[in-house]
Formats: sequence, structure tokens, C-alpha cells
Amino acid sequence: MQASKTTREKVEAGLRRRRRREIVFQLSGMLATTVGVMFLGVFFVDLFAKGSTAFMQTYIRIDVEFAEDVIAPDGEIDLAYADFDGLVRTALRNEFPAVSGRSERRELYRLVSIGAGYQMRDMIEAKPALLGSKETLWVPASSTVDMYVKGNIDASIDEALRPLSDAQVGWIESLRESGRLESRINSALFSNGDSREPELAGIRGALMGSVYMLIVTILLAFPIGVAAAIYLEEFAPRNRWSDLIEVNINNLAAVPSIVFGLLGLAIFINWMSIPRSAPLVGGLVLSLLTLPVIIIASRAAIKAVPPSIREAALALGASRMQVVFHHIMPLALPGMLTGAIIGMSRALGESAPLLMIGMVAFIVDVPSGFSDPATALPVQIYLWADSPERAFAERTSAAIIVLLAFLLVMNLTAVIMRKRMERKW
Amino acid sequence: MLASVVVTATVSGTAIAQAGRDYIYIVGSSTVYPFATVVAERFGRGTEFKTPKVEATGSGGGLKLFCDGVGVDFPDIANASRAIKQSEVDNCASNGVTEIVEVKTGYDGIVIANAIAATSVNLSRADIFLALAREVPGENEGELIENPYKTWSDVNAELPDVRIEVLGPPPTSGTRDAFVELAMEGGCTSIPWIRALRNTDTDSYKTICHTIREDGAFVEAGENDNLIVQKLEANPNAFGIFGFSFLDQNAEKVKGAKVDGVAPTFDAIADGDYPVSRPLFFYVKKAHVDVIPGLRGFLREFTSERAWGDEGYLSDRGLIPMPEEERGSVAARVRDLTPLSMVSQ
Repeated sequence: MQASKTTREKVEAGLRRRRRREIVFQLSGMLATTVGVMFLGVFFVDLFAKGSTAFMQTYIRIDVEFAEDVIAPDGEIDLAYADFDGLVRTALRNEFPAVSGRSERRELYRLVSIGAGYQMRDMIEAKPALLGSKETLWVPASSTVDMYVKGNIDASIDEALRPLSDAQVGWIESLRESGRLESRINSALFSNGDSREPELAGIRGALMGSVYMLIVTILLAFPIGVAAAIYLEEFAPRNRWSDLIEVNINNLAAVPSIVFGLLGLAIFINWMSIPRSAPLVGGLVLSLLTLPVIIIASRAAIKAVPPSIREAALALGASRMQVVFHHIMPLALPGMLTGAIIGMSRALGESAPLLMIGMVAFIVDVPSGFSDPATALPVQIYLWADSPERAFAERTSAAIIVLLAFLLVMNLTAVIMRKRMERKW
Repeated sequence: MLASVVVTATVSGTAIAQAGRDYIYIVGSSTVYPFATVVAERFGRGTEFKTPKVEATGSGGGLKLFCDGVGVDFPDIANASRAIKQSEVDNCASNGVTEIVEVKTGYDGIVIANAIAATSVNLSRADIFLALAREVPGENEGELIENPYKTWSDVNAELPDVRIEVLGPPPTSGTRDAFVELAMEGGCTSIPWIRALRNTDTDSYKTICHTIREDGAFVEAGENDNLIVQKLEANPNAFGIFGFSFLDQNAEKVKGAKVDGVAPTFDAIADGDYPVSRPLFFYVKKAHVDVIPGLRGFLREFTSERAWGDEGYLSDRGLIPMPEEERGSVAARVRDLTPLSMVSQ
């Protein structure tokens, strides 16, 4: 027997241990991934379970009369003071003639959303010829009826503990039996602005606010970011100052977003007196926020262009500007655009800086320009999550689904763009 | 390039600011927000005017913005879940906001609730103080000790033997201020020597009565009351502190504890029997009335019977109406735009 082992024996002795370690390492990696995917799965399942019902809404069919003596008492249609709610109430009373007594009638009226009256007003405004006619309308049910139909209110518990009385449950069931109650697609969710009535509340206002803000952000942040990146990479001398600028840009990318909100409040609103709550201010603040992200991504993209291309162009007599615009930019653009889109999707999800500049507000009218008051999608989610009315819970989840869909589309665009335009050296 | 962008932005910004404002601008308390927004929406849909913009900034933040000046850049109305302070009136006056009309809108109850499945309790304000204060009176008069109570039965033998765990709003919230002033201080004054301190040493009186324990028995649950309701459902031993409208909307999940023998019901708060309730206000800049389109109409809508009356739409949302005579006198003051008379010393 030899005193010392050969190399081969030494390796074989340790082999089992090394293999075991390998397996443990791979397993822990798999475990970490599984845990991550599981959390994501729970989040999505919960979100869709809660939010998917919000895309449907209960409607009630009523037979209304555009009564001349109510809408046009003096012969002319009086939109501002006509009692459209009264006409809806008359229709409900006709449907349930047995209901009498003040408090019972009040309960009956609560089955239908106050949106029914607005709907009638809009109809007669669009078509005055309806005056005096009888129409059959599908109007939104109130949010408590909707919650009951969706199974979120348990009719078997004590009457005092639930928002619907026994009588109301009876009326709903009789409406359902006679086919006067139907679940339909909740178009209000996409066509309306915010409302305190859950059945009328929609995300259109918030969505438009986000769109206007992102337009301002991209128009400002992209050109400035790309210009800064080109200057820093291609023209700026390498010295202490450019190092300082680089460190600062990297730091800015990590600053908590609320700080940008405070900055925006001080500069854009207090000093430059741009109106509060306007998408213009929001866009300016968000462009400050995304600027570092775009600069960093654009610099990385420029760096990735091989020096041989620059040198070849310079050798053929191109000026430095021609080098940049004819050769570097086309090659670096996919990377720059990817950075811009990632910056935009971060901006889309921000709500903290908007708090400081007055965009966390109740705004019903859908904004139609850059200076109209507006909110943004994440803010709408925050406001709905804080509302006492039960039906806002599902709308909160629905708004989150819409926000996630937008983020997904934006990030997917970035990935596809990179895949299609990228050049490998 | 940056400079040119900044210049363009400045120019367009000023242009917009000078163009005036055709909507009402409201700021302030997040407690009044759910009521003010309902009125704003009805007003906007029912009239030719635009829907007012309502920002939830908190009472203090709202009054600060409100007092910053007169003009289209500044709010027309500030909501508050407490009355305006002298210091705020002075601040307003120093910025030229001299005539402020106070509008009391109704009452809000603060409830101490637990899960529907848990035992119902009857708390006195003294129990609440002893359970939640950081320091409580010791055995000798004048002595304060670190709060030793772990369970509710330690505080009062009639209460259940469960650990004290209360979820409540953070100090920035108006609900917290009101809870501390009405429930904690109310219980605090039931101890004679502390009550005597009120006149001799106001500072230490306030510290004793207003400081909430920080050893984990009181959990700051953030401003989101829906979250507190969810946590109460999951944990039957916990209590939560929030506004009456959330109890009203979640009556099959949580129930309010009786305070001094009175349950937090709509009628008990309206009659003033329930001790932990507070008035809600909003403040209007008189200089803006008839300048901002629709402001007078908005005031009329808010103070109309169909809004704040006994059967008005605000009572459906959980705002407790004032008695009829009081509504009448407030509405009359609003009609005449009688300003506050809090002249600075």
C-alpha cells in the first residue's frame, strides 16, 4: 500500500461531497424561484378573484315616461331643474304598485343608481324629440344591489346587519324572475371619470391623466436624457467634474420619489406658478424622476457600440457630430428606447410624488388638456382603496388589473424592440 | 436645451394661472372628504358648473394651503374635522385672508370596534385611558407608572381576559386627534388628581392624557380604515378605531363597543349621547364668493335639506346630521356669509 494517495484517488474521495453540494445549491435555487413564483401566483389569483367581477355590473330595466309636465313645465326643456330622479321613482312605483309608506318607498328608490336620472337627462339632451314618449331603459342598479347579485352580501344573516332589507331582497328577486335584472359589461368603468357612487365610477379620468403626464414626461425626458448621455459619453472630457456628475446621476436614480414631488411643489408650483393638479406639473415631476434612468440606459447603449465604428468613420473624414448622428445613434437607439420605456413604466406606477403636487384629489371631469386638473391610475387605486363603500373594493382590484396590463404592454414592447433591433458584434 | 424648456414651461404656466379658474377648489380633512366629494359630484352633475376638485390633504395641511392667500391659485374651501385654531386664523389674516365663513356640517362618531364573532364589551372612557395611555396612575396619588396592563381584565375585571391589542390611526390623522381628546382625555379626567393638574400644570396634564403607549398594545395601522376592518375580521381579539361610516358599511363584519354604556348608533351620535363624536366643518373664503363660478351654488347645495337633512344623501353616507334648529342657523349664516369673529389678540 502506498502512503500517499494518487491525485485520482483524492478527486474521487471528494467527488461525492462535491456532487452533494451541487445538488443542494441547485435545489436552494429552485426553492427560491418557487417561493417567488408562488407569491406572484397568490397575488394574481387574489387580484383576479376580487377584481374580475368589477367588469360586470347589474342593470335594471325600467319603463320611464319623459313626462312633459316634469321636463318642460313651461313648454321648453329645462335640463338644469327638471326632476329626472322623480321620473325614475315614478317608474319604480309603477313597477311595484303595492309598495306604500314613506320609508318603504325610500327603500325601493334605493335599488336604482342615481345615475338613472343622469342617463335620462343625457338622452333628452341628445334627442329632444323624446319629450312625452315612453321608453324602456336599462339603468345601473345601485352598488348594494350589485353586491347582492354578485354574492357579496349574505341574505341569510340578520336583517339589521346587512345593507339590504328583506323587502329589498324580495324586490330584487322578483325583478330577477321577471327578467328585469341583468348582469352586463360594466362600460362605465372605462367611459366615466371618478365618482362617489361605485356603480358610476370609472377610470377614464385617471387613465387620461396618466396619458397626458406620460406625454409630457417622454417629450422632456427622452431628448434631454439622450442629449446628456451623448455629451457625457462622446464629448465631455474625463476629469473630476465629469466623475462628480456621473456619481450624482447614479445617486439621483435611487432617490425616493417623494423627494421629486417636494421639488416639483417648490419649483413648478410655488415659483413658476403652474396650476396644481395639472398633468403638466405631474409630467414635469415624473420627467425629473425618469431622467436619470434614461441617461444611465442611454450611456450603456452608447458604450456598447464598438470603438472600431467610431474610428472608421473618423478615419473617413466624418466630423464628430456626423459620427454621432450617422453611426452611433442608429446603433444605440434600441437600447436608449428600451431605457426610455422602462423609465416610463416606472413613471406610470408612481403615486408618491403626485401627492405633493395636488394630484391626489377627487376629480370627476375627464381631463381634456395638459392644464386641466387630473389624477393618475395609481392615485385612483389609492383613493378607491380608502373608500368606505363596499363596492369600491372590487373596483380597486379592477383598476390594478388595468394598470398591470398597461405595464405589461409597455415592458413587452421594450423586450420585443430590443430583440428585433439589437445587433450583436 | 433645458433652459429653453424651463422658459417655455414658465410662460405657459403663467398664462394658465392668469386665465382664471372655472371650478371650485376644495382641500382638507380626509374625514370630510367622503362627504364633500358626494356634494361636489351632485353639484357638478346637477348644474351647469364644473365639478369641484377635492383634495384630501388632512385638516392642518388643508387650512395651511387655504390660508396662503386670496386668488385663483388658492383653495376656496378648506374641510376640517376640528374647528379652526387661533394660530391658523392669524396666519390667514397675515396673508390677506381676513373674512372666513365657518360652516358646521354635522357630526362624525369615532367607534371602537371588534369582530362580529368576538364578545361585545362595554368600555368606560376611563377603561380606554388606562388600557392605552403610556403612563397610568400608580398606587399613590401623584405617582405615574409605565402602563402595566397586559389584558383588558387587568384594566377592569368585568372585561374579557384577552390581550390588549388596538389598531388605530397614526398621529397625522384627525381621527387620532379626536379620539385622544374625546376618549382618552375624557377617561383621564375621571382621576381626580390628574383633573386638578389641568388648571395648575397644563403641559404635563396634556402629556399624561394625550400620550398613547408604544409597547405594542396600540398598533398604528395607517390611514386606511378598510385595512383595519379586514384585520379585525382575521383577529377576534383585536379592537380597531375608525370613523362611524366604516362601521355603517361593514355592519356584518364588525360591531362597535359601547362607550360609557352607549352603543355607537346613528341616533345615539345624533342625540349627543355617544361620547366619542365630533363636529365636522368647512371654511369658505368670502373673497372668493361671486368670483369663482358656482361657489355660492355649492354652499347652497351643501346646506340644503336634501344633502345634510335627516334623510338627506349625506346621512346615507354616514354623516350624522345636526338638529334642525342648528341646521337652520348655520344655513342662515352661510346665506348671509357671516364671517368668523376670531380677532387676533
